[in-house]
Parts: sequence; C-alpha cells; structure tokens
Amino acid sequence: MINVQDLRITFGKNTPNENKALQGVNLSVAEGEFVTVIGSNGAGKSTFMNCLTGELIADSGAITIDGKDVSRWKAARRSSLVSRVFQDPLAGTCEALTIEENLSLAHSRGQKRGFGLAINNTKRELFRERLSRLRLGLEDRLADKMGLLSGGQRQAVSLIMATLQPTKCLLLDEHTAALDPRMQAFVLELTNDIVKETGITTLMITHSMGQALQFGTRTVMLHEGQVVLDVSGEERSSMTIHDLVDMFGRVRGEELDSDSLLLG
Amino acid sequence: MNLISFMGAIELGLIYGLIALAVFLSFRILDFPDLTIDGSFPLGAAVCATMIVSGCNPVLATVIAFFAGGMAGLVTAFLNLRFKILNLLASILTMIALYSINLRIMGRPNVPIITEETILTSFEGQGLPGYYLKPIIAAIIVFIVAIIVARFLNSDYGLAMRSTGANQKMARAQGIDTNKTTYIGMALSNALVGLAGALFAQMNGFADITIGTGTIVIGLAALIAGEAIFSTRGMLMAVLACIFGSIVYRIAIGLALNADSIGLEPSDLNLVTALLVTIALILPGAKNPLKKLMKRGH
Ligand SMILES: Nc1ncnc2c1ncn2[C@@H]1O[C@H](COP(=O)(O)OP(=O)(O)OP(=O)(O)O)[C@@H](O)[C@H]1O
Ligand SMILES: [Mg+2]
Repeated sequence: MINVQDLRITFGKNTPNENKALQGVNLSVAEGEFVTVIGSNGAGKSTFMNCLTGELIADSGAITIDGKDVSRWKAARRSSLVSRVFQDPLAGTCEALTIEENLSLAHSRGQKRGFGLAINNTKRELFRERLSRLRLGLEDRLADKMGLLSGGQRQAVSLIMATLQPTKCLLLDEHTAALDPRMQAFVLELTNDIVKETGITTLMITHSMGQALQFGTRTVMLHEGQVVLDVSGEERSSMTIHDLVDMFGRVRGEELDSDSLLLG
Repeated sequence: MNLISFMGAIELGLIYGLIALAVFLSFRILDFPDLTIDGSFPLGAAVCATMIVSGCNPVLATVIAFFAGGMAGLVTAFLNLRFKILNLLASILTMIALYSINLRIMGRPNVPIITEETILTSFEGQGLPGYYLKPIIAAIIVFIVAIIVARFLNSDYGLAMRSTGANQKMARAQGIDTNKTTYIGMALSNALVGLAGALFAQMNGFADITIGTGTIVIGLAALIAGEAIFSTRGMLMAVLACIFGSIVYRIAIGLALNADSIGLEPSDLNLVTALLVTIALILPGAKNPLKKLMKRGH
C-alpha cells in the first residue's frame, strides 16, 4: 500500500543549521497493516509523515501509495489517498467553523467542491450518525463552534473526519499526546476500533513503548532519519516493553536510560 | 439632516456596503489584510466612466469594471503567493501601481459622465426624483450581490475558502488547494470593489483619481459597525451586517456633519473615520479584523 524508497530531506542546506532530518528511509507497508512508529525526539518521525502527506516534498527518494507514484504530488492532491490526525488538537479542526462545517469539509475530501450547499439534511443525518458513536453528545451540538470543544473532543472529531471519506491510509502523529490519560485511552480505543472496522492501512507515531506494542500489528523505530528497527508477527507478540527498550539500546549501540523511555 | 442628504447617505452606504463586504472577504474570510481596495475602487470608476464616455453600454461597462477590480485582486494574490511578498506589502504595491494605471485609463484626473447614458438613465423620467431613484437602484443591485455572495460562502467551495483563512494546514489536509481559494477570494473581493467604483461613478456623474483615498478604512469602519450592531451568526447575517453597518455608518457621519454645533467639514471625514476605527481597535474585548495584524506588529 505504502512504499517508500531511500527518502531523504535536509533542512537548511548549506547553512550552519544544516539538518539531515531523513537520511534514506526505506519502508514498505502492506494493505491493512497497522504500524506503530517510535523514536526519540528529533528522530524524523513527523518529518517522515509530512513527506507522506505532501506537506513536505522530499529532496530525493520515491513514495508510492496505492500503486501511484505520489512523490511530486502536492498535499491537496494526496488527500484522496491519505488522511491524517495532527498532534495538536487545534491543528486538525477549524475552531472558527461549526462542528458540522468541519465535518462537511472532510466529507468533500477528494471530491469536487462545487456550489451545492455545504450543509444539508442528508449530510446532517450522516454526521449525526457518525458522531453518535463517540457517545459524547456531540451529535446534538452540530451547530456549535468547534472552538467550544475540549482538546479530547476535538481529537475524537478529527478521527471521525479522517475516516468520513474512504481513504487508503490513516496517519496519526502522536494524536493523543496532548490529552489527559482518560481521554487518551478513549481516543486510542476509538482509533483501534475504527482501524479494525475499516481495515485501513495505518501509521501511528507514539512516544509510549506500551502503546507501540499494545496497538497495531507491527512496530518500526526511526533514529537519525533512518529505520533502525522493524518488528512484527511472532517476534513482536512475545515482546515486552523492556525487550523493546533493550533492542532500541542495542541498535543505537549505547546504553539507554530506560526509565526515560518508559515514561509517558 | 434633510430628506435629500438622508437618502444620499443611504445611497452611499449601500455602495460602500459592497466595500465592507469586500473587506469582510479579505480580512475576515481569507485572513488577508488587503489594501488593494484603495486602488481598485477608482479603477472600477475609471474603467466604467471611460467606457461610457466612449459610447459603451453602461451595463456592459459596469460588468467590465467588476472584472477589472477582480484582476487587481489577482495581481495582489499573485505577488503574495508566487513571490512570497508579505500580503500587506503586496497589496500596497498593487495599489500604488493602480494610481498610474487609473490615470492612463482616464487620460486625465477626472472624467465627467453626468450627461452620458448610465444604468440610471432608463429609469429616469418616470416621475421618481433622483434622490429616491438612486438608492433604490443601488439597493436592488447591492442586495442581489450580497445574497449571491452569502449563498457562495455557504457552498462547498465557499466553505473551503473559509477554512483557508481559518486554518490553512487543515484545509490542505482536507484536499483544498489553498492557493486557488486565495486567488478566487481575492479576485471576488476586489471585483466587488470595482463594481462599487462603477456604481459610484454613475450615481455621482464622474470618476476621479482621488476617490480611492481611505476607502479601506471606511470599509473597515463599516464592517466593525456592522459586527457591533448586528448578530453575525451564519453567513447571510454576516454579509447583511456589512451592508447595514455601512448604511448606519454613513447616516451617523451625515448627522455629525450636519450638526452645526460640532463644526465638522466634509473634509474632516477621513480624520473622523480613522479615529473611529482606532477607537474600535483599542477597545478591550472588541472583535475586529485588525486584531491579528496588531498582534503581529508587536
Ligand atoms: N521545517 C523545518 N525546518 C527545519 N528543521 C526542521 C523542520 N522540521 C523538522 N526539523 C528538524 O528535523 C529533525 C526531525 O524533526 P521531526 O519533527 O521529524 O522529529 P520527530 O521525530 O517528530 O520528533 P518528536 O518526537 O519530538 O516529535 C529535528 O531535528 C527538527 O529540528
Ligand atoms: Mg513529531
């Protein structure tokens, strides 16, 4: 489904701040796989995801999604293939627009946007039905401004938005990081349910080793702009958090303060 | 304030309502502080008056003025999007350039059309005095335009445009080509200003190179007045608030100028407007389109 070859990007080329954020990422994700992505701060995880969505265009390398070479496609064009949920709850939704208007924007993703009414009763019915599964009562607040919702509620709506239109893959960049533990668990469960139901190919970045193993079918670790660890199947299911931390340490060839990785 | 000057204030308020609507589109919807307006208003007047003088059908001249304004908006958007020139500066560049272009179009600083055929001509001579006829014609045109704009903003494409100004990153993630929506929004905004210029020229019987000065500030004042007085929930209400805000503003100015005790001259209008907008800007809690601009300045 997703095929990435030798992806490289350097920020601030030929300046004192030159930063080789991606140094040849290779990754192949099969249809329906749910990959959790881990790695320390600055490893290049978000940059990698931004390259997949087209927010950033890589310096070199190739990205194929659903058999199409999208390497040079802009973000808007790729949106019919990939949808994403941002880490920042404020980033993925429009606070100045109402809940139904936000959903309507997502409803038209990958479709031609014409001069028909953005909100009508058919769409409202659909939005109500999709929101009701959250059991947050949002289905009765369609005309409320998005800005009135809490961060967790907004992330939950973002997830609904990301999967409102059929799409090939779902990219989640630490989408629960800004939430309190209870809301975090809620959004993660919701994510898991949606991914299972739709069988959508998913990449989820997380800083929690626990989440990385608990969710998904495969775990990948990025370090200094490269994939340094890739576990799935038997090997992964018998793994404990400590195994994962140890493996991380071995790959990096240095002793790690495992507590710092276990936190969060 | 007598009846004639009252009707005159309504007529002017309606025409400048289009400008308030344009300011609403650029400052509010697109989050694009655009001063092109000071140039595209006389551009609309110049194009329309010059075409009418050379014998063109006044309706066609008005339509061409609409598109001329739209072109000016496209130039500003192009400077900003293609060359990454700061939006405010890009609009000032277009505005300055338009001063020369407007003079070129007119060939002289002032083109009188008082004796020419205008969109008003066919309605005249039916017993209705001019001071009634003009605001009625202006009202019909302005409200038709306002309703079309409101309907557009409620469409899928209009919603895409609104999300462009509100959260660009999110808009792109939803598959919206934010450059395209900005081009179209800026073109529409300045096209409305061009139309206002054409109406102004025909109602007043002339086009003049100086009529653009301060247009943007008057548009802002009308927008702020509209949002302060009327509920802006929903696009239709927000659009109508621009028009009515502009009318209220004109009547208030008219009353102030007429009150002998204050001793204001018509030439004090720009000063009064600037003061009003400044007060609106610094009032705590006031929501206004320049808030963000002010924060950026710090
Ligand atoms: N737009 C940019 N311009 C310059 N440098 C950037 C830019 N975006 C990211 N970087 C740099 O690239 C490197 C990788 O950043 P990235 O955000 O991908 O890390 P990450 O793995 O997501 O980290 P975190 O876990 O903290 O989110 C960092 O050193 C970062 O400073
Ligand atoms: Mg990151």
